[in-house]
Amino acid sequence: MRALRQFAKTLFLGELLQGLALTFRYMWKPKFTVHYPEEKTPQSVRYRGLHALRRYPNGEERCIACKLCEAVCPALAITIESDVSADGTRRTTRYDIDLFKCIYCGFCEEACPVDAIVETRIHEYHMENRGENIMNKDKLLAIGERYESMIAADKLADAPYR
Amino acid sequence: MSQDVVNLEVNGVAVTGRKGQMIIHVTDATDSYVPRFCYHEKLSVAANCRMCLVEVEKAPKPLPACATPISEGMKVFTKSPKAIGAQKATMEFLLINHPLDCPICDQGGECELQDLAMGFGRDAARFNEGKRVVKDKNLGPLVSTDMTRCIHCTRCVRFTAEIAGLQELGTTGRGENSTIGTWVEKSVTHELSGNIIDLCPVGALNSKPFRYQGRSWEMTEQPMVSPHDAVGSNMNAHVRRGRLMRVVPRVNEEINENWIADRDRFSYEGIYADDRALTPLVRRNGELVPVDWQTALEAAANGLRDVIARDGASQVGVLSLPSATLEEYWLLSRLARGLGIANVDYRLRRPDTRDQAADPICPGLGIPLVAVDALDAVLIIGSDLRSEAPLLAHRVRTAAVRNGARVGLVNPAEFPMLFPVAGALTVAAGALVTELCVLARAVAEVLGQVVPTIARDAAAPGASQIALANALCGAGAKRLVLLGLLAERHPAFSDVRAAASVIATLLGAHLGVVSDGANAAGAALAGVLPHRDAGGQPSQHVGLAANAMLNTPLRAYLLHGGVEPGLDTLDIGAGTPIGPDAFVVSLSPFAPESVRRIASVILPIGTFAETSGTFVNLEGRWQGFSAAARLVGEARPGWKVLRVLGNLLSVAGFDYESSEAVRDELRAILGTLSPAATSYTGQWTLQGPVLGVLIDVPMYQTDPIVRRATALQQTHVAARPLVAY
Repeated sequence: MRALRQFAKTLFLGELLQGLALTFRYMWKPKFTVHYPEEKTPQSVRYRGLHALRRYPNGEERCIACKLCEAVCPALAITIESDVSADGTRRTTRYDIDLFKCIYCGFCEEACPVDAIVETRIHEYHMENRGENIMNKDKLLAIGERYESMIAADKLADAPYR
Repeated sequence: MSQDVVNLEVNGVAVTGRKGQMIIHVTDATDSYVPRFCYHEKLSVAANCRMCLVEVEKAPKPLPACATPISEGMKVFTKSPKAIGAQKATMEFLLINHPLDCPICDQGGECELQDLAMGFGRDAARFNEGKRVVKDKNLGPLVSTDMTRCIHCTRCVRFTAEIAGLQELGTTGRGENSTIGTWVEKSVTHELSGNIIDLCPVGALNSKPFRYQGRSWEMTEQPMVSPHDAVGSNMNAHVRRGRLMRVVPRVNEEINENWIADRDRFSYEGIYADDRALTPLVRRNGELVPVDWQTALEAAANGLRDVIARDGASQVGVLSLPSATLEEYWLLSRLARGLGIANVDYRLRRPDTRDQAADPICPGLGIPLVAVDALDAVLIIGSDLRSEAPLLAHRVRTAAVRNGARVGLVNPAEFPMLFPVAGALTVAAGALVTELCVLARAVAEVLGQVVPTIARDAAAPGASQIALANALCGAGAKRLVLLGLLAERHPAFSDVRAAASVIATLLGAHLGVVSDGANAAGAALAGVLPHRDAGGQPSQHVGLAANAMLNTPLRAYLLHGGVEPGLDTLDIGAGTPIGPDAFVVSLSPFAPESVRRIASVILPIGTFAETSGTFVNLEGRWQGFSAAARLVGEARPGWKVLRVLGNLLSVAGFDYESSEAVRDELRAILGTLSPAATSYTGQWTLQGPVLGVLIDVPMYQTDPIVRRATALQQTHVAARPLVAY
C-alpha cells in the first residue's frame, strides 16, 4: 500500500506542485524587498550605529573624562587621555574610538553618566584610507553637532522606557 | 606575659589579644573586617568617623572598634543587625554632605568612601535639604584640594602633627561648619606632606601633578626603589601604556614604613622632561647630529681608544652619579679597569679625598634603619637631615619623640629639625673641625676618659659643649654619630670625619654616614673609585678623584648616569669645568644644554624607572627592581649600553645575558662582607685645614631627575637659593 502511494506521488509530481503552490501564493502577496538606498527600513530610536560626542546647548562639551566608557568597553576600542582644561575642569585631551574594534554593543552609552558618548542611528559610512577607522575627538564632536537634533529626539523618545 | 593575654569572642569565634589593644586590632588580625575611615594603623586613634561601630555584648550602644579596648570575656559582633545598622546609619550621615561627583573625582575607583558606600550605603538619599559647599584651599603645587568632599576623618591633621612633626593642617569650626585647612593661607611645605594624599580616604586631597590625568583601574603597579636618597624607600610605580603616571609608597616596615618623601613621589615628572635624550647624538663639524646606535657606539669606542692610544689611559676620566644601578657601576668599573683607566669616581660632591683609604668599604649607617627608632642618643654632624634623607630624619624623630632619644646637632647653620634637640652647636664651616675637637674633649671629660690626642690642643669646652656632651653620655648605650652630606661636602672632610670618629669611639657609637644619591654604597662596592676595586680591594694604580679630574683638564671624559658638570659637581653655578677640546662621552637620560655644549657623543640611557637593577641603601641592603616604564625614544638601559661599549672596546667577558647575570657576578666576587665593611678605619690625626666653601645643595637640586620635576620646582623649598657656608 505504501509502495502504491509512493508511486502515485512520484507519477503526478506531487512535491513539485507543492513547491509551486508556495511560489504562487507569494506571487500575489505584497513584496517586502526594499530598494536600498532609495528605500529604507524603519529604524528603532535605540539603533546603535556611528558614535558621537554631544555638547550641552550652551556649547560646553558634555564629556568629563571619567573614563567609564573606556573601562566598560569589551572590545577595548576606546582610548582616552585627560588633563585639566584651561578653565580648570576635567576634560579629555584625546578620545579615540577604533571603529574596527568596536562591536557596537552600546555599553559606552550606558556607562556614560552625562550622556556624552552616544551611538547614533547613522550606519552608512565607509573608510577609504588606513587610519580613518580611528574616530578622534574632533570627528566625534562634529558628528554630535551635526546630528544633535536627531540624537536629542531619539533620547527623548526612549526616555519613558529607561 | 601570660597576664597580658585577653580572651574574647569575635562573631562567636574565640580569639586572643593583648592587653591594651583595641577591638579593631583583634578584628583585623582575625580577618573580620570592620569598615573605617579615620582609623589608621600609623596614626593616633581619633574615633570621629564612627564608621567602625560594632556591637559588644552588655554594652547598651554600639561601640567604636578603634577606640574600645578589649577586655576579658568580651563578646564582639561585627556583622550583627545592630552593628550593620549602626554602620549604615553612619554612612548615611557621611553621604549627606558628600558630593556625588565620583565621575570627575581622581579618587574614583580607589576611594574608601566609594567602596564602603557599595556595602553600607542606601540606594537613594532621604536628605532633601541643601548640601554644604566648602571653598577649596590652595595647599601648594603638590596637593590638590576639593574640600567639599572632606568627611573630617582628620587623618591628614594627625599625620602632620604626629608623623611630620609640623602641624600644618588643622580643623576649624564646629559641626556642619568644621573645615580642614591651614588656618592662615599658606602651602603645605613639609617634605613628607605628599603622604596626606594616600591617607585621605576620599578625594579631598589628591596629587596635583596627577590631577585628572588618569584612573586607578587603567594603571598597572610595578615595584620600584627610590633613586633620590640613600634610604632606598620602596615605591610602586603606576604605569599606563608604558608611561609612568604616578608614584605611591610600598609599605616596608623595615625601611620607609608607609611613607615616601615628596621627592620620591613627584620626581617622576622629570623622567619625561623636554630635554630627554631621544636618539644617540654624535658631534660632526661642531654640531651634535642624531645618528643610529651603531654609529654612536662606534664613535664613542673609537674616540676613547684614540685618546688612550695617543695620551694614555691616565688622560681619561670616568665620572658617575651616585644614583645609578649596581649593575651599571660594576660594568663601568670593569670597563674602566679593562682599559687601564684608574680615574674612576662617583663622589662628585666630595672635595676632600685625602684619607680615602680609610673610607668604609660600604658607606652607610652601620646599623639597620629600624634600630634608629630605638637609639638613646644621636649626634648629627654636618647634616640638614630633613632634606638629605627625609625618612631617616623621620626615624630620628621617632627616636627622639617616642623614645626620648637625645639628639645633638653640630651644623654650619640652624636647620629646623621638628623634634626636641638636646643641644645644637652652630659654627661656621671653617670652624667645624675645631668645634668637633672641643666637643670630643667635652665628651672625654664627661666620661672621665683620657682626652684623645686629636682634642688635646682644643680649647676648654664651654657650657653648650658640656651640656651636649652630658646629653650624649646620658643613660642608654645605643648611640649613633651621623655624618651628613654637608660634612661630606666640607673642604676638610677628612678632619671632620677623624674628629667625628673620635667622638663616636668615646661614646661607643657607630660612625654612620648619610651617603649621597641612592646607591653610593653600590658604587663603592662595585669599585667605581679611583683607589679601590670591587669589594674594597686596593687598586694597583690609584687614579684621580672626581674633584681632581674636574680641576685638571683631561683629554677625555666618560660621564655616566646623566652627570651635568657644574650641577652634579661641587662648583654649582660656576659653569662646566670640562674644556671644549676634550672628548666627552655622556651616557645620560637627558641632553641638556650644559651637556650638549661639551659632549662629543651622547648615548641616551634609561632612568631608574626604565631599567632593571639593584640599589644598595645605607643599611647595605640590596634591593633589586625591574623596569617599570617603557624607555623613551631610542634610549636603552644603561647596563646594555655599557655591555656593548665593553664589547666594542674588546674588554674580555662582557657577554652578559641579563642585568641579573651582572649582579650575580659581582655578588660572587664580593662574597659576604664583614660587618666592619661599614666602618671608618682612619687614624685620628688632622690633615690640616683646606680653603674652600661648603655648598648646601638644595633638596630639589640633588640629581638630574629631581631638577626636572616641574611640580617640585614650584615649591617654596625649591625656591630657596643656593647657600654656601
